[in-house]
Amino acid sequence: MPEASQGDVTYGFAPGQRVRVKTGDPPGHIRTPAYLRGKEGVIEDRQGVFRNPEELAFGKTGLPKKPLYLVRFRQHDVWPDYSGPGADTLSADIYEHWLEAI
Amino acid sequence: MAGMPGPHDIGGKKFGGGQGGGAKNAGAVPRGEHVFAAWENRVDAMQRLLGGGGRKVYCIDELRRAIESLPPKDYFSLTYYERWVRALDMLLVEKGVLTRAEIDGRLAALRPR
Amino acid sequence: MAHDHDPPAPVDGGDHPPTEYELLERALRELLIEKGVFTAEDVRRTIDDWDTRTPANGGKVVARAWTDPEYKARLLADSKAAIEELGFDVGPAPQIVVLENTPQRHHVVVCTLCSCYPRTLLGLPPDWYKSKEYRSRVVAEPRAVLKEFGTEVPDDVEIKVVDSTADLRYLVLPARPAGTEGLSEDELAALVTRDCMVGVTNASAPG
Repeated sequence: MPEASQGDVTYGFAPGQRVRVKTGDPPGHIRTPAYLRGKEGVIEDRQGVFRNPEELAFGKTGLPKKPLYLVRFRQHDVWPDYSGPGADTLSADIYEHWLEAI
Repeated sequence: MAGMPGPHDIGGKKFGGGQGGGAKNAGAVPRGEHVFAAWENRVDAMQRLLGGGGRKVYCIDELRRAIESLPPKDYFSLTYYERWVRALDMLLVEKGVLTRAEIDGRLAALRPR
Repeated sequence: MAHDHDPPAPVDGGDHPPTEYELLERALRELLIEKGVFTAEDVRRTIDDWDTRTPANGGKVVARAWTDPEYKARLLADSKAAIEELGFDVGPAPQIVVLENTPQRHHVVVCTLCSCYPRTLLGLPPDWYKSKEYRSRVVAEPRAVLKEFGTEVPDDVEIKVVDSTADLRYLVLPARPAGTEGLSEDELAALVTRDCMVGVTNASAPG
């Protein structure tokens, strides 16, 4: 598992922690898919720290870097009408500034 | 200003329906394999030369942003590399590498008469 | 400006007049070459380099993992380093993460926002991977989509969809098919298809 901090960036969440994806739909270039906004999941892994794509998309530096997490969701939490087994999951990479603790 | 998700943001999206509702999941996944045309390979190569490596004109997030900013009606009516070449055109002008007049002039010269 | 163009058509030796987009490709390329942003040779070399990146590369990684447990452990712990061990250049970024299919869990990879794909190991993504049908549906009804690919995942096996939205790329390590105990690493590599490394199919034994 990656360290709790990388360079001068510190991870705010740890694997196993429950989180909610923030809602809202700011204009611009967003890498958090709309279908996951407002959904609750669990931090599966720390994926590293990266320049913020929302800023890189407009020619800025994207600094300071942002922590990125793999977040796991139960399919039944993402899709109320999900027809598959309860154990099915979905994971996506989500930046820390799109996550809040619950 | 909050907007609608862009045309690219389609995880779980249902299509059609309109005001009366009745939107449905997209149909079966099209499975045809297509051999890339030479011009498509060249677009891919130009993208790599401009967006990666040493001669960076723009970064991948700028390319994505340009693609997402295509009019929604164009996003899925264009093919993949048609979207890419439109985005390259947009970014090259935005970055001042080429001017609109240069591109239009060259297009006019190339267009079959 | 006096400028010698190639004959205007066909752009691709094709059977149709060039479309607006083919013309735009050519216009941009010519202008960029004239301005010295890159050369025609750069374009050719880039295409040639990417022609060597095919799913066979991913297949070699998978076959090694199937035959060498220590390699598999390294591949799962630090995918990029283990892939580079085999001589493949995965570039500085994005990072590659290998997802292991097990008797309890089947992975399938998508990029709902665009077309993120482990290109350095698999080459260019197929059309279906970039289609609105796959991107919109596989996250919400993966079992139905996999069925279209002929893949039935039993209900007691978890399907884990991975949406590669950001700076990582995912490659599925499929399960080694039963009945392949006698095969060499090269023979095994030949069983590893592009589709099973995306997770829409399983690897299957020959015949």
